[in-house]
Amino acid sequence: MSTPLRIGFIPLVDAAALIVAVDKGFAKAEGLDITLVREVSWSNVRDKLNIGLFDAAHLLAPVAIASSLGLGHIKVPIAAPFNLGLNGNAITVSPALHAAIMAEIDGDRFDPMATAGALARVVAKRKKAGAEPLTFGMTFPFSTHNYQLRFWMAAGGVDPDEDVRLVVLPPPYMVESLAGGQVDAFCVGAPWNSVAVDLGVGHILHFVSDILVRAAEKVLAVRQNWSEKNPEVLAALIRAAGRAAEFIEQPENRGEAAKILSHPERIRVDAEVIRRTLDGRLKISPDGTMRESGRYLLVGREGAERPQPVQAAWLYAQMVRWGQTAYSAEALKTAMGVFRPDLYDAALGRGGRPAEATDAIGAFAGPPFNPGDIAGHLAAFAIRHRKA
Amino acid sequence: MSAESSPKIVIVDESPIRAAILQEGLREAGFTGVVHISEMQSLLAQIFALDPDVILIDLENPSRDVLEQMFQVSRAVRRPIAMFVDQSDAASIQASVEAGVSAYIVDGLKKERIKPILDLCISRFNAFAKLQDELDRTKSALEDRKVIDRAKGILMKAKGLTEEEAYVLLRSTAMREKKKISEIAQSILTASEMLK
Repeated sequence: MSTPLRIGFIPLVDAAALIVAVDKGFAKAEGLDITLVREVSWSNVRDKLNIGLFDAAHLLAPVAIASSLGLGHIKVPIAAPFNLGLNGNAITVSPALHAAIMAEIDGDRFDPMATAGALARVVAKRKKAGAEPLTFGMTFPFSTHNYQLRFWMAAGGVDPDEDVRLVVLPPPYMVESLAGGQVDAFCVGAPWNSVAVDLGVGHILHFVSDILVRAAEKVLAVRQNWSEKNPEVLAALIRAAGRAAEFIEQPENRGEAAKILSHPERIRVDAEVIRRTLDGRLKISPDGTMRESGRYLLVGREGAERPQPVQAAWLYAQMVRWGQTAYSAEALKTAMGVFRPDLYDAALGRGGRPAEATDAIGAFAGPPFNPGDIAGHLAAFAIRHRKA
Repeated sequence: MSAESSPKIVIVDESPIRAAILQEGLREAGFTGVVHISEMQSLLAQIFALDPDVILIDLENPSRDVLEQMFQVSRAVRRPIAMFVDQSDAASIQASVEAGVSAYIVDGLKKERIKPILDLCISRFNAFAKLQDELDRTKSALEDRKVIDRAKGILMKAKGLTEEEAYVLLRSTAMREKKKISEIAQSILTASEMLK
C-alpha cells in the first residue's frame, strides 16, 4: 500500500533531487506514490501548498520563510526539512552592459567587488548623461535572486531601489526580455543563464557563489501541521530525496540524471545544458569561454541538503535590510524554525553535517554574518532600506 | 473615488475566449469598467497606466509572479496592492485556486464589494472549464465514432457481416476483454494496417 502525494515544482535544475527521486524509483522504494505537478509561477506553488492542494513543494527558501511570517500573503507555517539546492543562480548581463562594466573594471572580472564598483561607475555615467536607469530582472520579491543582486550591487555603492530598477520576471521570459532590451541583466537559476549565452544575447557575469559561498536556494517545503500529522510519510520523502541527491552527485550518474531531468514533463531543456549545470561547467560568453566552479550548484554534496537555520536567519536579515518587514526577535526565531535539521537527521540518521564554520554564509562583503545581532550586522552596510 | 462607484477591473488572461466570457459576466452584473490585458510585455506598466481597483489573473499565467511585486513597497508603485482573500477567507482562496483564477485588490476597497466579483469569476471560470471539458469529450467521442465505423467496415468486409452484426461482435468482444468498444476498434485498425 503506497501513499499518494502531490508535489509541485518549477522546471529548474534545482528541482533535480525531487524529480530523480520520483523518476528513478527512490520514492516508490520508500512506499510513496508521487505525482509531480509542473507549475508556472512561484505564487501558484505557494498557494497550492498553503491550501493543501499540494502535500509538498519545490519552493524558494525565502518564500517558505515569508509564508511562515505571513509576509506578502496569508500566514501558513512551513517546515523545510531538506535543502534541494545551495547556490545555482547566476547574474547574466546584456553584451552592451557587459562591455560597459569591462571598460570600467578595476580588478579581476570574477571579483564581485570589482564588478560592483564598475557597475556603480556605469550607473553614475548614465545618470549624468540622462539615460534611463538600468533594469535588472529577478524571479520573485522573496527570492535569493533578489537578495543576491541587491547584496552585490549595494556593495559597490549602487542603491537597488534608487539607482536601478529591479523587476520580477518569470524565468521563461528572462531570455527574450534580455534579447528585446526590456532588461539589461537578470539573476536567475539554471538553465536560463546558459540559454541566454547559447543564443548570444548575454554574458554570465557572476555565479552567485562568487557573492555568497553558501546560500540556501530551494527547499523541500511542507506545511508544518502536515509534517506533524504525517511524520513517517515525511521521513520517507526525505530519504527518497536524499537517495536521489546522492545519486545525482556521483559523476558517473550525471548523464542519466540530466536525461531524466530533460524530459518534456520535467524541465524540458536540452540534457547537455542540464549536465553542464550539474557539473558546474558553464559557457559564460557567446564566444565560447567556459568557466568551471565546484560551488556553482550543490545538490547533495558538502552537506548541502541538510538545512542550516543560520541560512534562514541570513535570508530573514535581507528581508529586514530591504524593508520587506520590520525586525523582531520573535520573527527571527520563527524564520530560523522553518529550517528543520532535526527532521532531516531523524529521517536519515546521518551525521552528514558539515563542520559549521563561524560564518556559514561566506559573503564577499561586510562582516561575517551573526544571527545573534542582526541589527548590528545590518548597520555595517551603508545602503539599506529598513522599515521604521 | 472609483471604488465607491463601479470598481475598475483588469482581467489578465491569455485566453481571449475566457476573458470575453468573464468580461460579459461582469458587465451583466453591473461592473462596467472592465479591461482585458492579453499582452504580457511590460505588464506592470500597463497596470499602472490603467490604475485598477481589482486585478484578476488566471493561474496558468506565469506573469502572476510579476503581480506579486506590487505588494512590495516601492517607489515605482503608486498604491500598494493586497490580495483580496485575507486570513479569514481560506474557503474563498481555495475555491478560486481550484477554479484557476486569482484576484488582487487595491488596499481600501471594501471586502463586501469584492466578494460578488470573485464569486462571479469563480463560477465563470468553472463554467469555462466545463465547456472546455465537454468540447474535448465531444471531440474524442467524434474520433471514437470514426474509429468504430472504420473497424465495422473492416469486419463487414473480412467476415461478410452486416453492419449490425459487426457492431455486436465489437461490443461483445469489448465486454469480454473489459475494454472500451473504441479500444477494440482501434486494435482492429492497427492489426489491419499491419496485415496490409
